[in-house]
Amino acid sequence: MTYVLGKLLHIVIVAGAVLPGVGAVMVWAERRVSAFMQDRLGPNRVGPAGLLQPVADLLKFIFKEDVIPGHVNKTLYVLAPVMSLVPALVAFCVVPYARGMAIADVNVGILLVFAISSIAVYGISIGGWASNNKYSLLGGVRASAQMISYELALGLSVVPVFLIVGDLNMEAIVRWQKENGWLVFWLFPAWVIFLISSYAETNRLPFDLPEAETELVAGYHTEYSSMKFALFFLAEYIHMTTASALSVALFFGGYELPFVTLPQGVWGTVLSGLIFFAKMSFFLFLFIWVRWTLPRFRYDQLMKLGWKILLPASLAIIVLTAGGVALRETLK
Amino acid sequence: MTTLFFWIFAVVVAGSALLAITRRNGVAAALWAASSFIGIAGVFVLLGAYFLAVVEVLVYAGAIMVLFLFVIMLLNLREADLKVVQGPRMHVGGAILGALFLAALVWTCRRSGLFDVPVGAGGPIGETGTVAAPLFRDYVLPFEIVSFLLLAAMVGAVLLTKRRLS
Repeated sequence: MTYVLGKLLHIVIVAGAVLPGVGAVMVWAERRVSAFMQDRLGPNRVGPAGLLQPVADLLKFIFKEDVIPGHVNKTLYVLAPVMSLVPALVAFCVVPYARGMAIADVNVGILLVFAISSIAVYGISIGGWASNNKYSLLGGVRASAQMISYELALGLSVVPVFLIVGDLNMEAIVRWQKENGWLVFWLFPAWVIFLISSYAETNRLPFDLPEAETELVAGYHTEYSSMKFALFFLAEYIHMTTASALSVALFFGGYELPFVTLPQGVWGTVLSGLIFFAKMSFFLFLFIWVRWTLPRFRYDQLMKLGWKILLPASLAIIVLTAGGVALRETLK
Repeated sequence: MTTLFFWIFAVVVAGSALLAITRRNGVAAALWAASSFIGIAGVFVLLGAYFLAVVEVLVYAGAIMVLFLFVIMLLNLREADLKVVQGPRMHVGGAILGALFLAALVWTCRRSGLFDVPVGAGGPIGETGTVAAPLFRDYVLPFEIVSFLLLAAMVGAVLLTKRRLS
């Protein structure tokens, strides 16, 4: 019973406080960093350096009138933002964000992340369809086509990781990297494919085609306002957090540092969590950096890149890695 | 605890499946079917078959049903369009086909002795390794033949939709 209660508390803290907290800080960081890149200041009025701006935004979202347009499919229209946010929150559960601190330390680890994030497509496509508006529908269709296409490249780009480590469990992958060095040195091309695909999966620039102001207004969330819009918005930032966390855990040694052995006990766990957080912050910053640096792709270029370049490339990497692993086994 | 969860998932699976075949709205039916797949994944987890559970969600709920949904959303069918495929003949035919399929399923399971295996006695069924070994070692040839069948179907579909082959 205490085990169940402990797990529940863990889930509530991570899904109810940490992830939305990271999302809120990301929104603030996005606005500040973009402002600095454009020689502006950005929101700096609310709280120190504008850090309380997300709180003000949240209050505004809550107190804004909750409009449900008359022409929508009401049930699905209300359900869609929830269907978008819940998979985003759940997908984080297998990530070991500190030593021994994954909510679900399951032996299929990373596959579970892909399974859950594959469900996230429903929220977006249903949101677009239920809005009963041509721009929303086209935006939803675009978003889901893009996510399905890049899911393949994303999934295949981590297969070499399993081939080398020989385990799907995330903790095992982190331990392997402690002993043999970060996997990014072994599988740099695979990591590049993983990174590009995760940008497309999260609908971020240079692949933010689903919301194209000039042609689709705001895409699938054109008809959404107040808290329902905020849920879509938060889901996108939490997906980015999960993608960054996966990059750290699979390719950059997770919560461990090279050449340093962390102390045992509580302090070691806290330290490992801080290390993980620092590494993750870099990748989150990279998301913002890329967004305000690169122009967006055209839709046919996006599809070409996904199907004709990234997919064959990741298959080639799998074959090469499998050959290397087989050679290692026979030489032993 | 496990029994309680089994019943929850069983109700989800059966209830969603029923709703999926009775909804008139195509999008709602597809969503209930997806919910049924997720329930099946829950039953797999209770059996300790984590890999199968994850693949069930990843492939069926996450990929196949999304594509179904896609087609339904783009076709945007109205009630009147559906009238063509309704009527007693469709109901009777569907019932006969369904009963035949169920009979075939039960017969196969009885013959292979699947019903006699007590729950949880099979060891690590549906682990990554235990799924991969027969697929890529013992039955590699049939497996490859089936994938060629799928490829042929896909090429055929592309060919049918292409008006001009230039």
